[in-house]
Amino acid sequence: MNDQEQPVLDIKDLCISYYTRAGEIPAVVDFSLTVKPGETIGIVGESGCGKSTVAMAIMQYMGSNGGIKSGSIKFKGRDMTQMSEEELRKLRGSEISMIYQEPFAALNPSLLLKDQLMEVPLTHEDITRDQAYERARELLANVKLPDPDRIMNSYPHQLSGGQQQRVVIAMGLLGNPALLLLDEPTTALDVTVEAGIVKLIADISRKFGTSQIYISHNLGLILETCDRVFVMYSGEVVEEGTIDSLFTWPRHPYTHGLFGCIPLPTADKNAAPLKPIRGQLPLPHERPSGCYFGPRCDHFQAGRCDGDKLHMEHVTGSAEDHRVRCIRWQEIDHTKEAPGGEAKEAMELGENVLEVNHMKKYYDVIDTSFSALISGNRVKHVKANEELNFNAREGETVAIVGESGCGKSTFAKVLMGLEGGTDGEIKHQGKDVSTTLVRDRSDKQISSLQMVFQNPSDTLNPSQTIGNQISRVIKKFGVATDKEEIFDMVMKLLDTVKLPRDFYYRRPRQLSGGQKQRIGIARAFAGNPSMVIADEPVSALDVSVAAAVTELLMDIQRENKTTLLFISHDLSVVRYLSDRIVVMYLGHIMERGTTEEIFEPPYHPYTEALLSAVPIADPEVTKREILLEGNLPSVMNPPKGCPFCTRCPRRIGDVCDNEMPPDRQVTDTHRIKCHIPIEELRKVEPVIHVPSPEERVGKPEIKVPTH
Amino acid sequence: MLILILRRLGSMVLIMLVVSIILFAIFETDKLSVAGKVLGPYSSLEQREIWLEKNGYNQSFWTRYMIWAGNAMRGDFGQSLQLKVPVSEVLWPRLANTGLLALCLFAIMIPMSLCMGVLAGMKEGSFQDRAITVFSVLTTSIPEFASATLLTAVFVFGLGWLPGTSSMTGGFNFTELILPVLVLLLYDFGYITRMTRASMAEVMNSQYIRTAVLKGLPYQRVIMRHALRNALIAPFTVIVLQLNWLLSGVIVVEVFFAYKGFGKLLLDAALFGDIFVIEACTLVAVFVAVASQFISDIGYTYLNPRIRFS
Repeated sequence: MNDQEQPVLDIKDLCISYYTRAGEIPAVVDFSLTVKPGETIGIVGESGCGKSTVAMAIMQYMGSNGGIKSGSIKFKGRDMTQMSEEELRKLRGSEISMIYQEPFAALNPSLLLKDQLMEVPLTHEDITRDQAYERARELLANVKLPDPDRIMNSYPHQLSGGQQQRVVIAMGLLGNPALLLLDEPTTALDVTVEAGIVKLIADISRKFGTSQIYISHNLGLILETCDRVFVMYSGEVVEEGTIDSLFTWPRHPYTHGLFGCIPLPTADKNAAPLKPIRGQLPLPHERPSGCYFGPRCDHFQAGRCDGDKLHMEHVTGSAEDHRVRCIRWQEIDHTKEAPGGEAKEAMELGENVLEVNHMKKYYDVIDTSFSALISGNRVKHVKANEELNFNAREGETVAIVGESGCGKSTFAKVLMGLEGGTDGEIKHQGKDVSTTLVRDRSDKQISSLQMVFQNPSDTLNPSQTIGNQISRVIKKFGVATDKEEIFDMVMKLLDTVKLPRDFYYRRPRQLSGGQKQRIGIARAFAGNPSMVIADEPVSALDVSVAAAVTELLMDIQRENKTTLLFISHDLSVVRYLSDRIVVMYLGHIMERGTTEEIFEPPYHPYTEALLSAVPIADPEVTKREILLEGNLPSVMNPPKGCPFCTRCPRRIGDVCDNEMPPDRQVTDTHRIKCHIPIEELRKVEPVIHVPSPEERVGKPEIKVPTH
Repeated sequence: MLILILRRLGSMVLIMLVVSIILFAIFETDKLSVAGKVLGPYSSLEQREIWLEKNGYNQSFWTRYMIWAGNAMRGDFGQSLQLKVPVSEVLWPRLANTGLLALCLFAIMIPMSLCMGVLAGMKEGSFQDRAITVFSVLTTSIPEFASATLLTAVFVFGLGWLPGTSSMTGGFNFTELILPVLVLLLYDFGYITRMTRASMAEVMNSQYIRTAVLKGLPYQRVIMRHALRNALIAPFTVIVLQLNWLLSGVIVVEVFFAYKGFGKLLLDAALFGDIFVIEACTLVAVFVAVASQFISDIGYTYLNPRIRFS
């Protein structure tokens, strides 16, 4: 990179406001950014911090109520805010392209992909349809899509999510742009698919020399993809710098707080728990004076932090472009703080609460095609769960991990009694519940087996007050009958989930996502359950909120000795909070064992790939790269032998394709379903290498100027 | 796709069967009243019984139904009591007349309402959107008889430009079609316009339109190629179902302008108690309803590839 080169994009003092009935709402304040050719910039922050607004401002696509108040956006020296609609149109798609969060929504459902791809060069360049077709085909091959011709003649819904995103990326690259904007491009995808896309994006910038702006809430992804990073909070940048300087020595209390919220490999639920940032993001019109982060900051000093508007200051002693918006950055010594929250005592595990023996769940699917009607094979079995065996003890956290379609939610449904199992048994407190549907279960059974759902907004009744919804559960399960008693219990539950008591009278729409999930937890725990199933309870929440909810869930678990069945695709959270892990793939348990056993060799090849796919926001942690090829096979048509054989990087031969692998026992608690002998599996290196504290880079010497 | 068509056709036949049985049961279970209708109120019981015997009415209900249904399928609906001619002789010309009315109406209404709907939905909340929406709500809320009276007052009595009746007594006359079509148009176009507008506005807010704009496509291409097709999926169903509404919905207009159409025939038959005509009209109306549903289902799957390929 040459510093003398003209920057691709140069944003200066940008202020963006939305105009609503309530008046002007400043969405982004005082934003400056320079992108050099070939550079990848990361913008990270929680929802509502204005990171997507910046992207839309760069595209000059603000909607009717948004507008740029002041500042300039110069693209290759020309100010985009002064351009006419026609000039902008010529830039869009050819010089600047964008990749979106949800690839499915971003593609037109009723047009063939070839039409959607070809129109980009056809609009911007003077070429024939044949040339455009060739170009599109070539790019599809470049983004590693197999069989480009078939994809060209498909509709979007005929592809998987990962393939769709590759098509969108190809579409973005068709105009050979100088700048690519990526707005959370992998958030809607599975981890192993995400790893593939991230690799692809990194390759692109290397191969085509495209500058990129990568927007994400995930610090780990930013670390893997970017050269420089901007941390945004409440509409302004609070810290910026190169990846190395910012990730190793974050100076702003907010950045520091964010790192305390992510379950890094060094975090431990007992010794070094997560440390959530207290409070909430202020609403745009309720921002405090001075530092916006002030009310949530542990280092807040009245009179200094709430005074005049703060400006970015260069961090002396760190890299040249490491800058921070904090008046006290020189005084605060982040290294003195404990890396995590206060240590807690480990829990003792009790008796078995859940025993799953040979549980199977098949769905019958009726094939309505004409050929099936003639051949008579109309009913097909979809084997959603095949031979599940595991148990969970009192107070224990067992995680079920796997990508979408692996059958983890099906198991939750059978356990909850929403659907009946096909074969085998699920013993909850000694009773088989696998075939008892929820309407046939006693109130006691239902109350002792509760669930926390993924999307808190959809699980609360919008027209009932919070108090009513929780009271109803208490009444229904017969925990209490007296009105005052119930009221007291609801108050106690609100205390437990750390919400103010006057939330009793509020309705769900008045709550934020994190608060709603707390209500979801209160509701689940209202009937004193012995076991709670948490289906991705924090994956829809922001980093700092997720940390708080995770900690809350574990505190309540600790208090009530509840067994927690944690369903997730995020191995870093799973590693942090679970005692034992079950890894599922296509309805089968591929590996199960204690958390340490899963994270250390011997691994199942699938577990190995999963571990490698997890982005880790610590520049000193190294990973072995294992990329999975291809797509998850359809459950309608699974491989004959090992379910993982189609994507396995360690396939040993025909035996994998034709025979179901044996369930090999490693230790009493650790089992792996693979044809490769345990001794062979044991020979690999650990996927994730965490340096010991002594190995880590020393603390930087900060020169504090003397006054 | 083939399976879908076959299945739809199957259910179409089934519906027709059930409706015809119900229809037959309602009108012809009481044999004596049928004979009474045919022979007139002053016929004696004996005369009625002789008529029943002669016309094969003493067979079982199901045998009679089979014969009736068989005849109906061949287009033989019996003799009209009022007009003293075979029902089929009056039914088809009347249906053709209403068909002509519908055709004229559709030829004007569909392009017009789709255009206005798209124009309104393209820029939600703009001046053109509000103007079109207000106008279409206004016209739809005026009932047909009111607008018919109003238009007659203006164009027939006031300006004297158009004829006030549309009975076509002097042979086919195009000017006689104008007022009926205009009344129907005023009443119905607002509905389709607002459907199209809502659908278009939704599409314009979708992410794939954002993608299309940010690809740098000219605005015209964004609308014509990316928005239009998706926006037309919902109104298409409504448009085809309007066919069905037209059959019975035009009664007011046909009566008002003395237009010899299907609705007028049905009304006259109902007032006279001309049961064979009523039976025939009902069967035709149900057939049109079922057939238009069939067309809209198939068309919908064609327009929407997500359904076509799953």
